[in-house]
Amino acid sequence: MTVVKTSLNRRSFLKSSVAAGGGLMLGFSWLASCSSGPKETELVMPEEWFTINSYLKIGDNGVVTIYAPNPEFGQNVRTSMPMLVAEELDVDWKNVLVEQAPYHPTDYGMQFTGGSRGIMSRWEPLRMAGASARHMLKQAAAELWQVPMDEIETKAGMLTHKATAQEISYGAIASQAAEMPVPEEVELKDINDFQLIGHSKKNVDGKDIVTGQPMFGVDYKAEGMMIAMIAHPPGFGMTLDSFDGTDAMAMPGIRDIFAISTYQEGQDKGGFDTNAFPEVVAIVGSSTWEVMQAKKKLKVNWKPFATYKEMISGWRGKEEKTIPAGLESSEKHKVKMATLSAKPGRVARRDGDPERAFRDATKVIERSYSAPFLAHNCMEPMNSFAHVQGDKVKIATPLQIPSFLVPTLAASLGIPVENVEMDMTRMGGGFGRRAYGHYVIEAALISKQVNAPVKLMYTREDDMTNGIYRPAYHATYRAAFDQDNQLTAIHVKAGGIPESPLYANRFPAGAIDNYLAEDWSINSNITIGAFRAPRSNFIAGAEQSFLDEVAEELGKDPIAFRLELLKRAKDNPVGEKNDYDADRYAGVLELVRDKSEWNNKSEGLHRGVAAYFCHNSYAAHVLDLEIKDGQPVVQKVTCAIDCGVVVNPDAATNMAEGGIVDGIGNAFYGELTFEDGVPQKNNFHEYRMIRMSEAPKEIDVHFVQNGIDPTGLGEPPFPPIFGAVANAMYRATGKRQYNQPFLGNKEVLG
Amino acid sequence: MATIELSINGQQKEIDVDPNTPLLWVLRDHLDLVGTKYGCGIAQCGACTVHVDGVAMRSCSMPVQGLAGKKITTIEGLSDNGDHPVQQAWIAHDVPQCGYCQAGQIMSAAALLKKNANPSDQDIDTAMNGNICRCGTYTRIKAAIKTAAKNS
Ligand code: FES
Ligand code: FES
Repeated sequence: MTVVKTSLNRRSFLKSSVAAGGGLMLGFSWLASCSSGPKETELVMPEEWFTINSYLKIGDNGVVTIYAPNPEFGQNVRTSMPMLVAEELDVDWKNVLVEQAPYHPTDYGMQFTGGSRGIMSRWEPLRMAGASARHMLKQAAAELWQVPMDEIETKAGMLTHKATAQEISYGAIASQAAEMPVPEEVELKDINDFQLIGHSKKNVDGKDIVTGQPMFGVDYKAEGMMIAMIAHPPGFGMTLDSFDGTDAMAMPGIRDIFAISTYQEGQDKGGFDTNAFPEVVAIVGSSTWEVMQAKKKLKVNWKPFATYKEMISGWRGKEEKTIPAGLESSEKHKVKMATLSAKPGRVARRDGDPERAFRDATKVIERSYSAPFLAHNCMEPMNSFAHVQGDKVKIATPLQIPSFLVPTLAASLGIPVENVEMDMTRMGGGFGRRAYGHYVIEAALISKQVNAPVKLMYTREDDMTNGIYRPAYHATYRAAFDQDNQLTAIHVKAGGIPESPLYANRFPAGAIDNYLAEDWSINSNITIGAFRAPRSNFIAGAEQSFLDEVAEELGKDPIAFRLELLKRAKDNPVGEKNDYDADRYAGVLELVRDKSEWNNKSEGLHRGVAAYFCHNSYAAHVLDLEIKDGQPVVQKVTCAIDCGVVVNPDAATNMAEGGIVDGIGNAFYGELTFEDGVPQKNNFHEYRMIRMSEAPKEIDVHFVQNGIDPTGLGEPPFPPIFGAVANAMYRATGKRQYNQPFLGNKEVLG
Repeated sequence: MATIELSINGQQKEIDVDPNTPLLWVLRDHLDLVGTKYGCGIAQCGACTVHVDGVAMRSCSMPVQGLAGKKITTIEGLSDNGDHPVQQAWIAHDVPQCGYCQAGQIMSAAALLKKNANPSDQDIDTAMNGNICRCGTYTRIKAAIKTAAKNS
């Protein structure tokens, strides 16, 4: 049992009860109409609701509405977060309706999707919200029955006092409970008493999804809404020169064409205000197809820009950022990366005397790895609804981190931050892309200009060529061996455009006596952003491929070799600062070894293993691959994850499966290249995505059961799969894979 | 502009649009049937899949002018209560992650089962290869199709 201080205060309750009764509620009626869970036909609606706190209200018949505080992009938080509330409330899940909370940080804290931090950051606050509601219900019953509160028990929406044989439902006492003071602290359940957490519950939106109900940003509609699109420069390093909209304006249904500047002169920008193309041409009309057609008639002249600087207020405070001029090409990038990786880098970590170990080595192996830029390619292209009226704006948009965008949006519009009202719609994928909300600002500026509600739609081509990519990376690993063929040193030098993927204090740092980690980077005007497990998504594959080669040099089993290193890191760690827990890391390797029957079933299979730690969690994969007709076929992936307590196991399994498929797809095919600043792919006929026939035939996911508070899950299974693919391909073909994509582009089926 | 008559989900609809407008945009912009999704506009992703006379078609690449007299079914009309065996199987396997591709996946799967009641893995791969799922729910989709085949 944990006792936690409640951080909900009465004022925020009152505020939200007012909101639930009128005002704000009208503002999010579109989402309120998308409430999920058993449908009204299956669940009798109460006559009256009683708001207990901002996260939940109880109906007079015992039906409970729980507000999902964070935006959903497929990670299941609209189900698993309400489960945390319901667990501590002790309510029957059948009687729970889930509604999306509006963007309202005072009531709901940090409302975001990213960094695999959702469940981790909500683990205590949401259980606390449920527990304090239960406390208030118990207190109301204690007053009603005149019995001590701690003699009252709760179960499935009922309060009972055994000694006096009395019972009452939550619904019947909700009105009194809502009047009770908020407890200063509450007790949270012991992990062994969980009824809901750890038991799979179906996606609350399942029925709405399979019947095609409106819920995504692109589905949003408002009275009098116009459709808008933008034309952005065809290449990076370019900006707007002039445009001629005469022919486009003459097309049917077109209302207006004009240029917009996303930011005002000198405006403060944050770390997530990345935008390669702040000057664009907007085209507004009455329907999507009409605007698409007219856009083809738009004549725009683009010009190269000169190097410029901007001030960014990010994690590290204010920083000046230089955006270099130039039309960049992937071929030149390759040459630059090779040059820089041959020079000394910035030393990020040095243990022992690596230089000496390499000098004295009997044998040194050196391998270089690379990966290209990647586009996120969320299935739902970027889009936003906006309606500016005077100094107010109403937004409905698929966005991962609204709180990062709102100040910039307000500044761009020149309105107070409080005048931004936002619905967080479901997102058709995010993967980091939707942490960067320039499209929302564009929509708002367009709405302001045409003085009407507007939905800005990116076409797939707009989406794929607008930037915010996964950076291009390069890493060189070296290992030194002495005359007894013992491993004596490891050296990694890693860099990228525009950032290095290095995590200097992660494994195998801590397990190697002589260790050197260096990094470098090359600035670029091609914009990059978070992409599922930033940096890890490359370095994990490089490191795990290299360790596979080292194990082979040593004549050791790849899993046994990693476990040996981890034992060293645990028993006698090298250096002070090692980011990972060697025990938990070893735990996933042991679990995947056992579940894949690595030690007795590997005969005749081409198996690759890889493991990694990121986002506070541990993941390991064994991937079985066959070559058929010259193409790799992934037969099976066995996966072990340690992310602490798993709230909704089947949904968590689904997300791990997704990370595995995503990683295999990108390892095989993912690639975006540039020529003179222009992205060389703009739609799925060129950009190859993994499809059904290429997905693993079977995925077998296992979670370590250890009762540790939840850590990340959306990202951790993704990075190591690249290494598992590479290592399995080596076993199948005898050829090591160093450069992603491993297969490249071949004809895409359609 | 032309007046076009369409039969959608068993209802006759009359719309006044440029006859070259793809069915997808007529559904989404003019008829408020937004379950059918836009993903690529060039018949490469399957998000816009509907049935035309029972066959899975990419609505983003079908001008409405050729569709008069044909029976069009969208995800909203696949069943009355969301209880088509494919929809039920999707819920049983809890297939969706973000869910954006799933209407298209379901329409492709339902069309497959209509002409092949007991598809092999190979048949499923072939029929479903035109539908991208960026979230990577392919193994669940395949399992759900097999369940739906058993239950229909
Ligand atoms: S939108 Fe039609 S296939 Fe992609
Ligand atoms: S569930 Fe997200 S694209 Fe398929």
